[in-house]
Parts: sequence; C-alpha cells; structure tokens
Amino acid sequence: MTEQQTVENLIIVGSGPAGYTAAIYAARAGLAPVVLAGSVTAGGALMNTTEVENFPGFPEGVMGPDLMESLRAQAERFGARVEWDDATSLDLAGPVKTVVTGNGDTYRARAVILATGSAYRELGLDDEKRLSGRGVSWCATCDGFFFRDQHIAVIGGGDSAMEEATFLTRFAEKVTIVHRRDELRASKIMADRAHNDPKIEFAWNSEVTGIGGESKVESVTLRDTVTGEERVLPATGLFVAIGHEPRSELLAGQIDLDDEGYVQVVGRTTATNLPGVFACGDLVDHTYRQAITAAGSGCSAALDAQRYLTELADAAGLEGLAGTPEAPNPDELPEALAELRA
Amino acid sequence: MATVPVTDATFRTEVLESDVPVLVDFWATWCGPCRQVAPILEELSEEYGDRIKIAKLDTDANPETTGAYGIVSIPTLNVYVGGELQKSIVGARPKRALTEEIDAVLATTV
Repeated sequence: MTEQQTVENLIIVGSGPAGYTAAIYAARAGLAPVVLAGSVTAGGALMNTTEVENFPGFPEGVMGPDLMESLRAQAERFGARVEWDDATSLDLAGPVKTVVTGNGDTYRARAVILATGSAYRELGLDDEKRLSGRGVSWCATCDGFFFRDQHIAVIGGGDSAMEEATFLTRFAEKVTIVHRRDELRASKIMADRAHNDPKIEFAWNSEVTGIGGESKVESVTLRDTVTGEERVLPATGLFVAIGHEPRSELLAGQIDLDDEGYVQVVGRTTATNLPGVFACGDLVDHTYRQAITAAGSGCSAALDAQRYLTELADAAGLEGLAGTPEAPNPDELPEALAELRA
Repeated sequence: MATVPVTDATFRTEVLESDVPVLVDFWATWCGPCRQVAPILEELSEEYGDRIKIAKLDTDANPETTGAYGIVSIPTLNVYVGGELQKSIVGARPKRALTEEIDAVLATTV
C-alpha cells in the first residue's frame, strides 16, 4: 500500500481505445500520464472480440486484443505509465484529484481523464444470475468452445449480437438469434452475414422471460412481444449481447450524469462539470460507440487536459507543468483556479 | 512457489490427492480474461507459498477433466480441499477478490 506524495499531471482511468489514445497524446505532450488500465478488464471491450474489420488503417482487419496491445505499446513508447490496477474510488473535486486503487495505492493528479467505457448489459433475470457461467455467458470468444454441436441462443439485435452469433457457428450445431423486434439494429453487412448463414435462425419479436435448467442451461422461455404468447426454446447455451451500460458507478454524486448514467460533457469538448476532469469514449457516447469514435474522443480529452494544465501553470506563474519532476505546491493551485475563473 | 500445470493424466495425484488445498485455473489460449488473471495467479502462488497449490489446466488439451467438472465458461477457478470441490469461481476477478476467496478457504481448513 503506498500513499503517493507526488502530484501527477494526469491520471487516465481506463484502457480501451479512448484511454490509450488519450495516453498517447498526453504522453507526447510531455505529461507522463499514469494509466489505470484495470486488473482483469484491461484493454476494454475489444479484448473479447476476434477480428475487428472496421477500425481504419487495417485493410486486412486486426484482432481485437492485438489492436489493444499496439495501442498500449504506442502509449508506453512515449512515456505513459500503465498500471494493471482498478480505480476503486475517486475524489475529483478540488485542484488535486485523488484516485484509490484495488491494490491499495493512492494516486494524486491535477487532471483526470475518465475513460472507463461500458459493461455488458444483463437481462436482469434471476435465472440469469443463477446460471451465469453455467451456460449463460457474455463472452462468445471465451466460452463458445464449450458448446460444440449444441443449440445456442444469442440474445440481441445489434452488431455485437450478429458477431457473436456468427462466431458461435464455428462450434454450434445451430444458433438462434432472439430479438425483441422484427428488425435488426445491426449494420447491413453484419445482418446479411447472419441471414445467409445456414446455421443461424431467428426468433423475432421475442423477449426472454426465463431460463430453464437446474445446474445448467437447458432452455430459454420466450414471450412474443406482439401476441403475449410464451414458448420454450430448447437450448444449452445462452449468450447475451443486448448492449452496454456506461461504467459510471464510481462517479455518481460528483460528476454530472444523464438519466442513463452516461457522463455529461460541455458542448463538443470532453470537459465535465468539474474543472480538470475530462471524459471520453463509451462512458460519454450514447450514439456511436465505435472503437474509432472512442479513440477520437480520447485524443480530444488529452488535448483538453493539456490545455487545462497549461493554463494552470501559466496562472500559477510556473515555467510549465509538463514533465517537471517537482510538482507545484498544491496549496498554490486554488489561487490559480480562482484567477482562471475571474 | 510457482503455479503448476496439470493435465487429465496428473489431475488425480496433483489435485485430488494433494495435502494442501488446490486452486485449479481452467483456462485456454484464446480466452482474454484468462490471460489477464494469469499474472495475478502467479503472484498469489508466490505469496501463499506452501499453504495452497495453484494449478493450471488447459481446457483445450484436457477435455476429460474439463467435462467431468462441467466447465462451460472460462476462466473458472475451482478450489479443491481433500479431493472435494469446495468452491467454484467463474470469471476473472481482481487480486483482492481472489485473496479474500482463498483466505476464506484456508480459514476453514486450518
């Protein structure tokens, strides 16, 4: 357990495309950012995908984990310091922000970039919790292997669901995509791929109301959203791909969130309601939620943070904050902030 | 001590007949979260020394044991004490959570 005495320029919480891109830009600006990458979730959502075909710059596609590895290496090359640790509490008001981690370390910094992304959404059923890891899964690439020659149900109608379903046809005898509407949200190319796959069937207008099985999944109970009729679909695997929810649990009460838990930012910047705190990626984005849009916003966050730190340094009459080993006296900062806002 | 690999062939002697509790990591090369929890297990293995054995079973190469324990989601961390399955943890967890789980098992076996 270490109590950090130095005050860093910048802490980046999160290690998906947003976090690492922010780290690359911040590092190149000489800010020596600390990246709290997470202990078991490092790399973000793309760690659980196989080929990523739509990230610009990779005409042959790229494996999700490989892309994240490259982003990390690029950030580290310029001086970002990646810690495989989770932020467990944050104190973001005030000129010096504090982040406490799972390993018991405390980091302090003048600026923080929040890039914690989103976590998979659960159906919210008791059966789902009960059978989690016993036939209910959210990671097709991890668990598909164990469902060889079985009938798998994939819940969802977006690109993630199509990708999971298509991936699972490598193992499954049959995959049924269960969607509560009669039209997919997925991109045309992904929807076509699913439609054209002989192993994939569709259960339209269907909502999951229960999962059957004592010690492992044996069936899925579906309710027709139009007629209200219930039916039981025999399946021994259930992969849930119904979207994501922003990881903002640690921020409530200090950072302004919208009704759905996404962080609110000022206009087209990455600034939050707290000075020196910026947010980017799927933590903010309702609409696009792509790796490339996340990466773009990570860059914006780093530039916003850099500008903020430079203004702070100017206001405090310092040569510069960037890369200086001795941190300015934190007691001087409140004055600097007051001057900035005067 | 470091983690030890176990196979279908060595599971009985290494795990079921072990004098100390054994935590078995059911993993596979393609599984991202498995890779992320691996260094944590190495650290725990050193920290706990002789009090617990941490073993790794490659589910791809060892279908018998994998099937016998109904593993369908990885990583799964199973804790065996005196040949019996005491606890099953499905999914990667941070170090602190795993420490708590292991301490809980050791508390009952001392």
